[in-house]
Amino acid sequence: MSARVGTVVKHHLFWPLAALVALLVACTIKRPAFLRVSVLDDHLFGAPIDILRNSAPLLLVALGMTLVIATRGIDLSVGAVVAIAGAVALTFIASSPDPDSLGTVVGAIFVALGLCLVLGVWNGFLVSVLGIQPIIATLILMTAGRGIAMLITGGMITTVNSPPFKTLGSGFWLGLPVAALVAYGVFVVVAVVVRRTALGMLLEAVGINPAASRLSGVRARTLVWTVYAASGLFAGLAGLIFASNTMAADANNAGLFIELDAILAVVIGGTALSGGKFNLSGTLAGVLVITTLSLTVTVLGVSPLVTPLFKALVVIAVTLLQSPALRARLRRRRPGSPAPRVEQPAENPAQEVHA
Amino acid sequence: MARTTFGRGALAALSAAALLALGACSTTAPEGSDAGSGDAGSGDDLITIGFSQVGAESGWRAANTKSIQDTLTAENGFDLKFSDAQQKQENQIQAIRSYIAQGVDVIAFSPVVESGWDAVLEEAKTAGIPVILTDRAVDSQDETLYESFIGSDFVLEGEMAGQWVAENFDGQGIKVVELQGTTGSAPAIDRKEGFASAIAGTDIEVIDSQTGNFTRAEGKTVMEGFLQAHDDIDLVFAHNDDMGLGAIEAIEAAGLTPGEDIKIVTIDAVKDGMQALADGKINYIVECNPLLGPDLADIAKKVIAGESVEKRIVVKDEAFDQEAAVAALPTREY
Repeated sequence: MSARVGTVVKHHLFWPLAALVALLVACTIKRPAFLRVSVLDDHLFGAPIDILRNSAPLLLVALGMTLVIATRGIDLSVGAVVAIAGAVALTFIASSPDPDSLGTVVGAIFVALGLCLVLGVWNGFLVSVLGIQPIIATLILMTAGRGIAMLITGGMITTVNSPPFKTLGSGFWLGLPVAALVAYGVFVVVAVVVRRTALGMLLEAVGINPAASRLSGVRARTLVWTVYAASGLFAGLAGLIFASNTMAADANNAGLFIELDAILAVVIGGTALSGGKFNLSGTLAGVLVITTLSLTVTVLGVSPLVTPLFKALVVIAVTLLQSPALRARLRRRRPGSPAPRVEQPAENPAQEVHA
Repeated sequence: MARTTFGRGALAALSAAALLALGACSTTAPEGSDAGSGDAGSGDDLITIGFSQVGAESGWRAANTKSIQDTLTAENGFDLKFSDAQQKQENQIQAIRSYIAQGVDVIAFSPVVESGWDAVLEEAKTAGIPVILTDRAVDSQDETLYESFIGSDFVLEGEMAGQWVAENFDGQGIKVVELQGTTGSAPAIDRKEGFASAIAGTDIEVIDSQTGNFTRAEGKTVMEGFLQAHDDIDLVFAHNDDMGLGAIEAIEAAGLTPGEDIKIVTIDAVKDGMQALADGKINYIVECNPLLGPDLADIAKKVIAGESVEKRIVVKDEAFDQEAAVAALPTREY
């Protein structure tokens, strides 16, 4: 029995999901109706729907980040790409003669996504072909990207009024927010492609040992290149959702620090920054924790002065609970725990289950 | 092998550094730099003025930037060096230091936050460069660190907003939520204080107050949270139009009518805000005049000429209700 509990607790999703439940419980205690979802103007409305919708951009960015991190890389440029996507799309729509037409909006989306794909390919080129350290290679675009976005918007916040574009961020389809449908749709497609084919295993192989995987016939360079391109594309899509949410392209603030939130989501989800094994379901849990945390701050009425501290405490708690070293130490200290002899096998999960 | 890796790393670091520098340059405005042509001192009769803007966080800021760039031109006798601090104090301090190093004639800036300016202002003073504050104040005890502060009275703006609310809704026991500006910034602190003092003694109650960082996106997400946290919100007081516009989106998404079910009072009166006011989605806007360019030009000329200037120049602000917005909208400059 205790072994089964142990297995559940040891599952990589346990602590992120526990944190998510804890946050939701805290909100529900403050507001008993917090989790209620009602139908309003033919669409669903309620805090859970808000969480789904607001998590869309971060989910897309974190999805790309997970794949990149799996190959032992990191992509710091995603925040800047988010800003560029919004700037390009809104500038395109604002300068077109007919901002309300669906054609204009589709054109804007394609131009923006195309550019973001190119930016992702650029990152991939620097990392996979030139062999530049990923953190440096993507730092280039991270710094330059906001400059590019400012250049596109002319240093102003570009605002437009275009109902079709607004649908992407604030609209509903079949009662669900379009933004969430797009993001979760992309997430499911990527998860299926990665896990139902050998792609996921190949990515992990590259992350665990690039040289060995190359020698055994894995096209490491192409794979690495592809994940950076995908990361750029997903960040671009996130940028479009972000811009559509407020119908404004803010070159300075759109996607600011989203790269850090995305990395955090990946880490909370149990993917190690050292590459190799990755888990997309963990990333999803991490994204939901981070998005819910922002809403929790408002619902609990945490003072703006201590908001960053409050968020940090939650993050520290989750990451500490996930730390294998700390957990091993806690287990050892616990009274009635097995004799120190068992210490060594405890590192091996298979033996632990039988204990 | 190891050597090539090192070589690549060094190359990458170099290119990153080069791009960092590029990124910093790309935010400086091209205006005025053609006349200066490299030499930072006032070669001709032009007054070289280094201006460090807060950022481009709102429509108000955009109007403010435009006013300054349009006024401080070579035709008007200025060589403007403009930089955008992207809402970070360290960028602003860096910009001011570079203006000191370039030996500009006047430094002007809108401080991102109130505190922490003494050291860099001391450096400017030592270098003999006069400093003019625009829009936002610093909390420095030593008033000799700057020549003049041009800007609106934020406390008064908050009071005007609060007075309108008190006049219209006192006795109805309404509940107000507040969308604050950037935590620690002068307008956020002062507008909050002004509003609170104006509604003191009435039965109007501020039930929640969170920062929306002066941006539309955060105004929207925070308002969504407020709507989940409270059933009985009657009025939103937003410290700027953009957060109010974000709140409108959140209120509409919740199936309520902004301006009727939930009243909205904001400060700034930028174009998008005035349009929403004319459309009946906002109920009252206190103006915060962003056209500080002419005043700044005037003061800078006086300072250079050695004339004495007033320490505090208050820009006149108006206030608009819905009818006034409809009347004023066609002739608004920003």
